[in-house]
Amino acid sequence: MPDPFSFSEFRSQYISPYTVPQNSTNNPQDIQELWKLVISTFKDLGSSDIEHRIRNIHRLLKENGVAYNIYTDPSGGSRAWELDPIPQLITAAEWEVMNKGLTQRANLFNLMLQDIYGPQRLIKEGVIPQELIYMHPGFLRSCVNINLPHQQHLIVYAADIGRGSDGQNWIISDRTQAPSGYGYALENRLAMSSVLPELFNNLNVSKLTSYFDAFQLSLQMIAPYASHSPRVVILTPGPENETYFEHSYLAAYLGLTLVEGNDLMVKDNFLWLKTIEGLEKVDVILRRMDDAYCDPLELKSDSLLGVPGLLQVVRKGNVAIANPLGSSVIENAALMPFLHLAARRLLDEELIIPSIATWWCGQPTEMKYVIENLQHLVIRRINRRKAGTRSAIDGASLSQAKRSELIDEISAYPHLFAGQEKIGFSSTPSWVDGEIHPSHALIRSFLVRNQDSYHVMPGGLTRTSFIKDSFIISNQTGGISKDTWVISPEKNDKQPSTFQIINKPTASVSQKDSLPSHTAENLFWVGRYTERLINNARLLRTTMEYMSQHNQSDNPFYFNTKIKLLHTLTHCTFSYPGFVITDDPKKEEELILNPWPELTLHVYDEHKSGSLSQNLALFKKSVYHVRNFLSPDTWHIIRQLDEIWSDVEHTSQNNRILMISDIDKLNASMFSILGMNRENARREQEWAILDLGRKFEQVFFIIRFLQNIFAKKTDDRTEYELIQFVLTATQSIVTYRYTYRNHLQFPLLLDLMVLDMNYPKSLAYLIEKIKMHIEAMPKAGSANSDPERLIQEASTLIQWSDSNSLAKFDAYKYEHLNLKNLLNQLNQILLEIHLIISKKYFKHTLSQQQLFVSNMV
Amino acid sequence: MLYTIKHTTTYTYHESVPLCHNLAILTPRNTPLQNCQIFEFDVSPTPDIVEEYFDFFGNKIIYFIIENEHEKLVVTTTSIVEKRPAMLTLTQLNHQSWESVRDAFSISKGDLMEEKQYLIPTEVTTPSDSIKQYAVLSFPPGRSLFDSVYDLMNRIYKDFTYTAGFTTVSTPLSEVMTERKGVCQDFAHLGIACVQAMGLAAKYVSGYLETTPIPNEQKLKGADASHAWFSVYIPEMGWVDFDPTNNKLPDEQHITIAWGRNYFDIIPLRGVIMSSNQHQLDISVEVMRMQ
Repeated sequence: MPDPFSFSEFRSQYISPYTVPQNSTNNPQDIQELWKLVISTFKDLGSSDIEHRIRNIHRLLKENGVAYNIYTDPSGGSRAWELDPIPQLITAAEWEVMNKGLTQRANLFNLMLQDIYGPQRLIKEGVIPQELIYMHPGFLRSCVNINLPHQQHLIVYAADIGRGSDGQNWIISDRTQAPSGYGYALENRLAMSSVLPELFNNLNVSKLTSYFDAFQLSLQMIAPYASHSPRVVILTPGPENETYFEHSYLAAYLGLTLVEGNDLMVKDNFLWLKTIEGLEKVDVILRRMDDAYCDPLELKSDSLLGVPGLLQVVRKGNVAIANPLGSSVIENAALMPFLHLAARRLLDEELIIPSIATWWCGQPTEMKYVIENLQHLVIRRINRRKAGTRSAIDGASLSQAKRSELIDEISAYPHLFAGQEKIGFSSTPSWVDGEIHPSHALIRSFLVRNQDSYHVMPGGLTRTSFIKDSFIISNQTGGISKDTWVISPEKNDKQPSTFQIINKPTASVSQKDSLPSHTAENLFWVGRYTERLINNARLLRTTMEYMSQHNQSDNPFYFNTKIKLLHTLTHCTFSYPGFVITDDPKKEEELILNPWPELTLHVYDEHKSGSLSQNLALFKKSVYHVRNFLSPDTWHIIRQLDEIWSDVEHTSQNNRILMISDIDKLNASMFSILGMNRENARREQEWAILDLGRKFEQVFFIIRFLQNIFAKKTDDRTEYELIQFVLTATQSIVTYRYTYRNHLQFPLLLDLMVLDMNYPKSLAYLIEKIKMHIEAMPKAGSANSDPERLIQEASTLIQWSDSNSLAKFDAYKYEHLNLKNLLNQLNQILLEIHLIISKKYFKHTLSQQQLFVSNMV
Repeated sequence: MLYTIKHTTTYTYHESVPLCHNLAILTPRNTPLQNCQIFEFDVSPTPDIVEEYFDFFGNKIIYFIIENEHEKLVVTTTSIVEKRPAMLTLTQLNHQSWESVRDAFSISKGDLMEEKQYLIPTEVTTPSDSIKQYAVLSFPPGRSLFDSVYDLMNRIYKDFTYTAGFTTVSTPLSEVMTERKGVCQDFAHLGIACVQAMGLAAKYVSGYLETTPIPNEQKLKGADASHAWFSVYIPEMGWVDFDPTNNKLPDEQHITIAWGRNYFDIIPLRGVIMSSNQHQLDISVEVMRMQ
């Protein structure tokens, strides 16, 4: 077996000499020397240590929740991010050219966008064919002739670069709309520097922080009005988006507010963020949403993601968007053959980095060439994303039938297609199962507007593929990433460390940002679902245990008690019909006699309403919306929970002991999540909202639980068992014994669960907590708000009650009437408060609706 | 000829709506054949913001927001438009063959930009194979462009049945083509798709028709609401309108509001409200001859 670290072998396989341009000012640094250093570090570590480090990298990325969602995955799954421990190396000499070339290209695109959305000289002078712009769905006619603040048309730009086997770099595609990947690049660097610090030894790897500093500055600079701290938001389509991880990661890293379309609204020609303290003006949007979706009024009318009227605010110059709406018109492969002409016309320069050879089929000669050479080309549609179609097709991969189908399509709509040359990629080393293997790499470089020019990230996101001749690499279809190192010749550049990266102060900390209503609502529901899972899990577990431990022979009333408990389970978990089948007593009786299959569904069936599985799914959904507010460890637990839960669904069915153990695991996880976030909450307000949700859920649960178990009086023996059941299900038995040092009595139970101000599970305590949270919430006026008045009413009701009178039963109806009335009243009041709070602080549940005149005649 | 046009659109919501954004394209354009003398725009309740600007196609857009709770939205426009008779006589007809016009477009680089933008089919007017086959029959080799489109208009009028309510704004042309039924906007889209399928430029025109017919003349179809037809670019003649719904070259009775590539570019009134409930829509249009 060949030595995986033999450098001579390595050199012969991977390193193509980079042709250093004659006029380069840098001393050409030998790429071979650089690789020698890297490989020797790997050699020193040895295969098994490297494997160990890789596992650490993957664990780290996983725990940080780095994932890439896949649109087409029916289960809505996300793929764990994969990182190759061998970095991609770029020498200083090569970097100098890349830096210049990319900056030039970004400048060119900025000017092109200015022209396309302005005088259109390039079209008038015949430099760019009109069809290429006018047929592209990214050409937004409503954006023509809008004066953008500071005339900035391109703020963020990314390019995919491939290195040919001759060492020449080529630009394969351009991202001018809402480039993604710079957050992943940062996360990769973080993982590498903490797990493989030795690799950085003796190499001056350029740090990435300068890019993010420039980024932050750039976002502030484009604000329409001079202000110390403009309000900058990141607009995301939501957790279903493929790069949602990055959106929330950047929000946290750059100190920006993460918002979805319905968090924003247009009023008085300005853009506003709905927060729990009212409306706050937004100055700048970092857009991670395709432009057509941004304004349902003027652009894509069926979009529910955008903000109606946004374009009007842009038109008025009252908000800046990075990148401005309409910038996706540049994301057009067929523009490539015309770029050198545009560069001559607009910059009076030749392109420094060439684009990959491309033929636009809108011209007869080019179309003929593309059709005749189909198997040697990659075929691209001029618009990157069209529903149901792939944007890039490898001509060679097509069957005869598919090929003629494609030719027909090209002939019918030639303007929509372009053919691109396949370049022979140079190989790059990748670590696979303890050995180094050749792979092909694409480097994504990132730029951000900086004064009158651009700042290029000294690094990037490299993605590799092992499929031979594969030049279509995308995160959607797979691919492993690499950290990308620009090696600077200066010795004084310090090595990157985790410490430096994490503790970089963010420039916008000074801005006081109130919690967006939508975020508040999700935090509230995270609280509710957490508590719901805990309550339901305990109730299920206690019910199962009761039935395992009791039977008809030791208690003549066993069957009645069983009915009561199973009915209570259904009523308290809202898992209707469950065990309550009023119109078919026979069926209900059968269910009660053999409840286990139904109980199994209560645990595992995601489609059963009220089941643990379904509540867990709802919990996760709320959590994803607020992921940047929760501690990173939370993701670790949720992921573990996912793993356990997906395993058990197949193994534990119908096994009572395993089922109970699964329920316990779920509960333990929920408690860890609560504990962790109590410790890590960034601000009291966020925790208060989450806690308010928890308290509401608990109070409603206890009320419902007591109503169902105790409203009707039972015989003494059953009552004793029920008291024991309630205390067990609420984990109160120890407290009871400790407090009363007595055998179980109904009045004492009520004292503990309803009236005890010092017991965290009692109604009295919970209501007091809700009252505290409500008083702390932002208020418009100074007068007592309705919720404050109402909660005071609930609090007074409790204060006036005493356990002996609550424990009295009405001999005629055989009911605990006082208890029943109190619980009903409390329930009413709390529901009303809940409703008022939802309306007042959370986003309007009203959805957007289109008004359309449809009946033309 | 002087016309006064009153166009009222009423939305009745089933619950009160707190916020409503709207765009109206209801102002008649000035053209060589018409002149909008007076235009009044009235919204109830009174909007908080009203802005006017011109869209990409040169139509006037009125953007307005109502920021207060309301249960009903009424938009009323009153226009007084002077129409001049179209001086379309045989001597002015351009007899250039349709192929030569098509070729002139295809070799043009940077000139004819305004016209060329209507050469490119939009999603709505992308011709299917059956539309292409249908179109080709009106464009035999060497026929003049005007005659070809005139014949096309004639055929659409004869082959298709005007059926109110059969289609909606989202009915695709392919369905109109199979069922051979539709309303004015379907026929206008079909005309555009056919003309564009031949490599020529066509655009969508919205407007009004005179409501009260001249005595002894048949009432025109499409007179009770907004109407639509299509227009084709013919060298020397400029944009020539064709109304396939009435098989007529639009004249004094056709009043133009706006033009674009298709209906969706120039929807007369559109809006987004915050509501989870349904709404009801009523439209009335009255076009009266003043002299």
